[in-house]
Amino acid sequence: MALFLVNVLDGFVTGLLLFMLCSGLTLIFSMMGVLNFAHASFYMLGAYFAYQISLVTGFWAGLLIAPLIVGVIGALIERYGLRRVHKYGHVPELIFTFGLALLIEETVQFFWGKSQLPFSEPAALDFAAFAIAGNAFPAYKVFMIAVAMGIFLTLLYILTKTRIGMTIQAALSYPETVQNLGHNVPLVFMCVFGVGTAMAGLAGVIAGPVLGVFPGMALQLGSIVFVTIVIGGLGSLWGALVASLIIGWLQTFATAYDITAEQVLTAIGFTKPELIWDHPLQDLWTLTLPQLGPILPYLLMIIVLVLRPQGLMGNRES
Amino acid sequence: MNKFNLMMATALAAGLAAGAAVAQEKVRIAFIDPLSGPFATTGTQGLAIYRHSVKELVNEPGALLDGQAEFEMVPFDNKISAKESLIQLQVAMDQGIRIIAQGASSGVANALTEAVAKHNRRNPDDPVIFLNHSAVDPALTNDKCQFWHFRFDANADIKMDALTDDIAANPDIKKVYVIGQDYSFGKAVAAAAQRFLKEKRPDIEIVGNELHPIGKVKDFTPYARKIVGSGADAVITGNWGGDMVGLGKAVMGAGFDKPIYTYYGATSGITAAFGEEGDGIVKLVGAGQVNPAPTPEAQEFIEAFYVSFPDLDFGQPQMANVAPMLAAAINEVGNATDIKAIAYALEGMEYDSIVTGKTVMRESDHQAIQTVTVQGQTPEAAFEYDKSGRGMVAETVVELASNDAPTTCEMKRP
Amino acid sequence: MSIASKTPLTAGTTRLISLSNAMPWAFAALFLLCLPFVFQSSSALTIMNQMAITIVFALSYNMLLGQGGMLSFGHAVYMGLGGFFAMHVMNMVEDGLWLPLPFLPVVGGLFGLVFAFLIGSFSTRRAGTVFAMISLGVGELIAACSVIIVVFFGGEEGISGDRTMGPPVFGYEFLTQQEVYYLTVVWLLVAALLMYLFSRTPIGRIANAVRDNEERAEFVGYSQRNVRWISFCASGFFAGVAGSLFAINFEILTEENLNLATSGSILLVTFIGGAGFFVGPIIGAVVFTLLQTVLGLHTELWALYLGILFVACVMFFPSGFAGLIAMHRRPLALGNLKLLIKPYLKVAVPAITSVLSLAAILEILFHKRHGYGGGHEMHLYGIAFDSGAYQAVGLAGIIAAISLFLVSRVLPEIREAWDSANHAEDRV
Repeated sequence: MALFLVNVLDGFVTGLLLFMLCSGLTLIFSMMGVLNFAHASFYMLGAYFAYQISLVTGFWAGLLIAPLIVGVIGALIERYGLRRVHKYGHVPELIFTFGLALLIEETVQFFWGKSQLPFSEPAALDFAAFAIAGNAFPAYKVFMIAVAMGIFLTLLYILTKTRIGMTIQAALSYPETVQNLGHNVPLVFMCVFGVGTAMAGLAGVIAGPVLGVFPGMALQLGSIVFVTIVIGGLGSLWGALVASLIIGWLQTFATAYDITAEQVLTAIGFTKPELIWDHPLQDLWTLTLPQLGPILPYLLMIIVLVLRPQGLMGNRES
Repeated sequence: MNKFNLMMATALAAGLAAGAAVAQEKVRIAFIDPLSGPFATTGTQGLAIYRHSVKELVNEPGALLDGQAEFEMVPFDNKISAKESLIQLQVAMDQGIRIIAQGASSGVANALTEAVAKHNRRNPDDPVIFLNHSAVDPALTNDKCQFWHFRFDANADIKMDALTDDIAANPDIKKVYVIGQDYSFGKAVAAAAQRFLKEKRPDIEIVGNELHPIGKVKDFTPYARKIVGSGADAVITGNWGGDMVGLGKAVMGAGFDKPIYTYYGATSGITAAFGEEGDGIVKLVGAGQVNPAPTPEAQEFIEAFYVSFPDLDFGQPQMANVAPMLAAAINEVGNATDIKAIAYALEGMEYDSIVTGKTVMRESDHQAIQTVTVQGQTPEAAFEYDKSGRGMVAETVVELASNDAPTTCEMKRP
Repeated sequence: MSIASKTPLTAGTTRLISLSNAMPWAFAALFLLCLPFVFQSSSALTIMNQMAITIVFALSYNMLLGQGGMLSFGHAVYMGLGGFFAMHVMNMVEDGLWLPLPFLPVVGGLFGLVFAFLIGSFSTRRAGTVFAMISLGVGELIAACSVIIVVFFGGEEGISGDRTMGPPVFGYEFLTQQEVYYLTVVWLLVAALLMYLFSRTPIGRIANAVRDNEERAEFVGYSQRNVRWISFCASGFFAGVAGSLFAINFEILTEENLNLATSGSILLVTFIGGAGFFVGPIIGAVVFTLLQTVLGLHTELWALYLGILFVACVMFFPSGFAGLIAMHRRPLALGNLKLLIKPYLKVAVPAITSVLSLAAILEILFHKRHGYGGGHEMHLYGIAFDSGAYQAVGLAGIIAAISLFLVSRVLPEIREAWDSANHAEDRV
């Protein structure tokens, strides 16, 4: 039971971290109809900038400055790159962001090299907040939860309660009308892209000390972020939250419990062949739940796309 | 950078040298390892150790064919891909290189040893020799062994033998958790851990034995929870690269403060990532030792390494043995072109290494038998890793480790 | 996609291939058969084989992207599965199954086809983003399965075999790279020709129509989903052929044959070459393989250059290299190509200089930061110098600035020449 509780908390942290990435991505998608393949690359940039800043000023300044830099870079890329490609259509846009992801990874390696950087949590948060049956829960993870919740609530408030939020939501559904009303829609787009990438950058800063800062960090998270927003429903903030948490818990619990195919198959009534290592079904018999963990999100996504192409909480298709 | 021009320059230099009294023959060694991509540090570090040992132990003392010849390292970037390695092997052979060195990743080593065996079978008059400096999947010197492959690192079984000696000597350890990457090497480590622990300390309970997908785990926290929850007194892992950093940080972050026995838990940014938290906890098993330097020559040799390569670490001492042992074999044959004779000369060679003590290239399986040490991370290390102010110091030293270990190798000799 | 079909829909109904169409094929065949006499080293042959495999793979990818408007992030799956299956069959041949090596690609292709049929049954229902996402999910899923289903994929080490164990074909046992080259080239020609013919059949034409306007195609009476499905299956078949050729050449298949990186690079290859043209992927594959293998020998930064080239391609010439070449069709037809030669030559020198000097800046900075082997001694373009000194970067910077300035000066002239070359009336 104690372990269950710890896993609930861990899965929650993973889910919220995913959500910080997905919220920006889904915001950008719902505004501009473009899936930003390079979104996780901005997450990586956030971590690298924060590392560089932390060498000079310590962690906290990096937490504030790095996302801003990432946001500005994102806005510039939207203005001078994406907008240019926009006229060719959505598929070239997607290809552009794919190329961008490659380029950012190479650029990061150019400046920071290829090995993992020693970026660690601030000393002020480097203690165990509490422990459940000997399992320490780091204070830093409590901080991560707080930041992610803060982001979600702010975002929700801005989108539903403020004038800017109204404009954004209106620009989502009726861009021409909003434009005719005198709003600068391209500027809104640029800002949304900037804010979305800045949030990815922020996620990178706070995830860096936990998940590591290395050139492969974008690729490692890149496709799972897509999977999450597709499951949640493209363009739905609530969907992104729900899907992030589902995937966070799914992966944590799949890893935490050693259920083997052997147990399941024997329970159903099959008997294990004796010479399992030369058996054609050896892989089926030796399968374990932690092994399956990493592929569960993809499986879930394919099922969702086949049964409900608009995603769990989405209301429109692509 | 520009290899062609480099080659031209070398050719020119060689031409000039030929005009002088002593003609210097260049014996080229193709170094096929990742020099770009996520594992570039491993390859770059290995290349530096080779270059250093070639310079200090062979070329400058004139130890190759009485100074008539010199070794030259020719780097090839395989991007840690099996396909790319085979292409680079082909390029190297086209350039006339018949000595191939590789080590990063047993997967690549498997591909290369098969390719080399195939090439030698198809071209029996023009064979190629494969010097494996750090791929430690035991199968390479057991079921998959072949005459042209020589392993200079201690294989996973030998390392586990030494590692479990250390565990067996520690009465506090009652429960052990084994975790590794889900592929041949990870499985070999797990199997060896079970076998040796059962043999040396039957009272130790293995409370967890699991494999995780290699390079795919983003967050090791759930694994760390299981490890802490199991009440283990020690962890054994063969993880490397990002999987080592992730696992180590998560396990220590979850409040685990007992020994973590690793195969690759140091250098390449790992020591820096663990930092103070890893002191006294992270253990490393490996061939030879850096701290304290085992011989005065080693002290000098390693110091010179850090002068030449201030940004890199002297991470895998056994790599420094390859060049001098190869030189000895070539000296015995009298030329650098008869690859078959050189391979026979390497077989069974005994060599007094400055870093790995007495070293024997076992005839039966082409596995080097040498000193294996279990080292612990501490801030009191003369040679630090990752400029982190800490390094690995030898705690348990096993000379000629696993000298009598059996092998399933049935070597077919040409 | 912005690239519309240039030929009318009726073209396919007349004749699949005419004499004038057949000439380039004959030339290509002759050229490919003569190549080994020029490049004799086996590493050159290996690179050419790799190029041929990439061409088949890219052409099959372009059946989706260029001809069907389907953006896939998981095409490596079909190549990999075909290759893995071919490898298993190759091992069965070693154990006594009778199958001459040249027919192996058919087996691998059929396996790719079966999987494309299964996965296509749900993934081709929609095009656009949904298709792209499903392809990504399936790609990641199967790549991740490769370490779980060890019986088929061989885990992390992959599976390997020996191509020479089959029955000899006319006395050939495929021991040398040259024999393998001829086998690969014959398959390249056959596969390319078949894919070309497919694009000219009615179904290939309708795939274009579906790509350009789904609804209109539906109104004409074609199920857009079935059209996509058929293209997808055909594409899976040829990807499987490419995978089998890979198996024959390298005699090993691993997880990297299936993963996202391979899928991504084939997208890059196709796009750089020009997805809107049949020859586009061929050009892309040649350029990509050369960049990867030849440039990769000289610089660690090859992937960075490739990334820059790709992004520049998407932004500035989205029809790829083939598009750039095709732009000159009109001046050629008007007989105005000579008007362009002089300004092109004029821009070539400063343009190449600026590219080389910009690359030099990157190389020097990179060498200074991460150069292995210690010390700052560096060789670039045949010059040895100290990369730590600022003079080198400064000099490269000045050269780059001057040459870029010269390029910008010549550009208006090019534009003018281009305009006049494209206007028939300007000719006297």
